[in-house]
Amino acid sequence: MERHFDRELEDLKKELLRMGALVEGEIFESIEALKNLSIERANKVINDDKVIDELENKIDEMCLNLLALRQPMAVDLRFITMSLKISTDLERMADLAVDIAQRVLELSGKPLLKPLIDIPKLTELAKEMVTSSLNAFVNKDADMAGKVILLDRYADKLRDTVQKELVDDFISKDASSAGRAVPLILIARHLERICDHATNIAEDVIYMLQAEVVKHHSEKLKN
Amino acid sequence: MDPTFKIHGLSAFYGAKEVLKGININILPNSVTAIIGPSGCGKSTFIRSLNRINDLILNFHIKGEAFYHNQDIYAKDVDVFDLRRRIGMVFQKPNPFPKSIYDNIAYALRIHDFTTREIIDEIVEKSLKKAALWDEVKDNLRQNALTLSGGQQQRLCIARTLAIEPEVILFDEPCSALDPISTAKIEELIHQLKHNYTIIIVTHNMQQAARVSDYAGFFLLGELIEFDKTEIIFKAPKDRKTEDYITGRFG
Repeated sequence: MERHFDRELEDLKKELLRMGALVEGEIFESIEALKNLSIERANKVINDDKVIDELENKIDEMCLNLLALRQPMAVDLRFITMSLKISTDLERMADLAVDIAQRVLELSGKPLLKPLIDIPKLTELAKEMVTSSLNAFVNKDADMAGKVILLDRYADKLRDTVQKELVDDFISKDASSAGRAVPLILIARHLERICDHATNIAEDVIYMLQAEVVKHHSEKLKN
Repeated sequence: MDPTFKIHGLSAFYGAKEVLKGININILPNSVTAIIGPSGCGKSTFIRSLNRINDLILNFHIKGEAFYHNQDIYAKDVDVFDLRRRIGMVFQKPNPFPKSIYDNIAYALRIHDFTTREIIDEIVEKSLKKAALWDEVKDNLRQNALTLSGGQQQRLCIARTLAIEPEVILFDEPCSALDPISTAKIEELIHQLKHNYTIIIVTHNMQQAARVSDYAGFFLLGELIEFDKTEIIFKAPKDRKTEDYITGRFG
């Protein structure tokens, strides 16, 4: 017999997946805006953020209602509490996409300092981590979540490389280049933070599925 | 910490019907252990086996070992009267005697040979205080206990149990006939009592088990499926059957 509670849990999952898809779209759109230095695409990312903010509020309320009215236990408790955390991470990811879009607006109309090499690598990594963390949630795939967590170290390295190169090769040699270098450093930082949030989601998925806390304990993951 | 009860391979039978199947469990002192499971799973039979109340049922017998400290509960030389004094019990439905509040407690003391009036007065007051009932009844101790509310009657039964200074209190669904406020009072009392007593509670109410217990055991069809710290049982049980039961997916 299907329970009313099961339908409520299913509704929560659907809303979370809808939010995940929208956030993924925002991040991809901000990356496209960056690749093409497109003002139009950057503005679209900024304008669309409101929908995601509203969805976060809606999911929070659904979770609080379920906690208050259903007093869930075990797997249901873990799903609802992790949904609360995942929606917070998704909303922060969308904000970072907005941050990237704002940097694109700052960069538009000016020639790039240099051809982009590591930032495209970081964008590809961010896309992969975001998509995989959401797929891990949808498919209840703890192995995939574990892989996402292990990718985070590469995001940190790429951010450091971008920052070092722009500081050493441009800002320290010619301070006037800062206006075009700093937005790129910030973009690398925003992308790396998106990867951090994807990592958080992956950690939450593992807790939801296996009740194993891997947050701050990546040694528990199989390499 | 030495367990209060060490139960090993305990099976229980009503005639030929096996209602407990090879139960292994240690119950620790100064803790609350909740026994949960669907109707007919053997949880009441289990706790009633600990103070041999089941002896009163025709054709009841057990196999396996049940130790209270180092005493074999079912050894031939056990003084069952003394065993039940040390392992008290509170039942689902409050069952005060049709006597005054005072006499409900004094009666138990008199049959246990506490004879002087001063001692009995002192224990009546102490027990009612421990059961968080004193302030509500101290001016009406001669009132008939059956005029009390259900929640007060249940606390009187707890006071009656405490009066003879047991070490263990077995609660068999003590709140199922009570309203939420009376239930909250009994639960608060259980929290206080565990500092001085070993408590085992059978309950159908999952939230109650989660709220009051330190350890929880899930029984199903006479078997102990899982026993662990309460937070593990309700957050991340290891057995699928436990999870299905506590999340309401059972059956």
